[in-house]
Amino acid sequence: MLEIPWNFAAIPQYFLRFFPAALMTLQITTLGIGIGLFLGFLAGLMRISTYKILNIPSYFYIWIIRGTPLLLQLFIIYYGLAVVVNIPRFPAAVLALGIHNGAYIAEIFRGAIQSIDRGQKEAALSLGMTEWQTMYRVVLPQAFKRAIPPLGNQFIIALKDSSLASTIAVKELLLRTRQVGSSQFMMMEMLIIAATYYLILTSVLTLITTRIEKNLSISDRRN
Amino acid sequence: MEKDMIEIKHLHKYYGKLHVLKDISMDVKKQEVVVIIGASGSGKSTLLRCINFLEHIRSGKIIIDGEKVERKSKMIHRVRQEVGMVFQHFNLFPHRTVMGNVIEGPVQVKKESKKIATEKAERLLEQVGLSDKSDKYPSALSGGEKQRVAIARALAMDPKVMLFDEPTSSLDPELVGEVLNVMRNLAKNGMTMVVVTHEMGFAREVADRVIYMDDGKIVEEGDPEKIYQDPQHERTRAFLSQIL
Repeated sequence: MLEIPWNFAAIPQYFLRFFPAALMTLQITTLGIGIGLFLGFLAGLMRISTYKILNIPSYFYIWIIRGTPLLLQLFIIYYGLAVVVNIPRFPAAVLALGIHNGAYIAEIFRGAIQSIDRGQKEAALSLGMTEWQTMYRVVLPQAFKRAIPPLGNQFIIALKDSSLASTIAVKELLLRTRQVGSSQFMMMEMLIIAATYYLILTSVLTLITTRIEKNLSISDRRN
Repeated sequence: MEKDMIEIKHLHKYYGKLHVLKDISMDVKKQEVVVIIGASGSGKSTLLRCINFLEHIRSGKIIIDGEKVERKSKMIHRVRQEVGMVFQHFNLFPHRTVMGNVIEGPVQVKKESKKIATEKAERLLEQVGLSDKSDKYPSALSGGEKQRVAIARALAMDPKVMLFDEPTSSLDPELVGEVLNVMRNLAKNGMTMVVVTHEMGFAREVADRVIYMDDGKIVEEGDPEKIYQDPQHERTRAFLSQIL
């Protein structure tokens, strides 16, 4: 009879031991997303500005960040900058994830804002609203709503990408998995635990974004 | 009907190299209802949008209620408050209720209190026959209802003049009447109106003057009966025979 080479029975007893690492993953992700949202909103607005002094820096930011791997960006911040400024592992990971996601989120916001019908802006202007009022009273509320699904998607990517922090020895899920897995000779078992945690976290993220989408859809009702 | 509400002098408008409005001069007197007709591409909507500075003009003068409008943003914002605009596609704010749409201008632009703006909005919604819809979102309204809300929204700013850009063109035929009725009442109450429309019945009944545009120029203007019965220009005749 073929013997199963893994000891799946050991999974439950190890499962909770990964909890602190999962928390670390969640921390890197939420802080990274926070920075990403801030940078992305700023860069997105700058990107659609007609002022070159705002537009061009944003263009280059997005171009460079989207055109290079996150792992490389992380190494630049952690190893490359080390000569000038020594950024500890955790903030380096958060910063890299934030800057990286900012570029993608900028494009999400830009797309959402530009997808709002021109007539909306014209209607607002025709009431005598200023450009700024038009933006924050009429265009942005609609754009935010439209940005939620792609943002949710981006958050999930960010969560999974946070595993790259393991390469600079941040004690998050994947690093913990490799440590325990190799010391206990149970790599597959521990990887399954990590996968379960990731699945739980991404599912929660999906649930939250779906809930927000639903709450924002009251204005679409036809009764 | 003494003074001019709108005076346009030698207006030229280009889209890139395309010369879309060619030396337009016209005026609209106070309390006058002017209907602009013409084939699509004749520049009639563009002309209307120029009055509200939604389009940049190359040259020419636009004088609203005796005041020449300069291309300074402050002045344009003020003029836009006095010039109400109704769009072909309604352009209601989908994220706000009917009431939210109507009070948006007064509260945000005129800084009226919400209470006063709401009271006024209630009167306006009654005027357009939509008192019972104030809590609804635009997505729950028919096209005719949407357009009537859009009219109420524009009126909430107490404009001196109302511009209508093909207000019934995107409506199902059975919904056109309710919008025209609201407009008819507005005209009756002395509102100065400039209307781009193909509704000949409305033009005949309500308009004091009809302007026919073709290829970026005003070809002919005058009393509606006269234009319809006895157009002076070949192009006007050809256009009218197509749509009547």
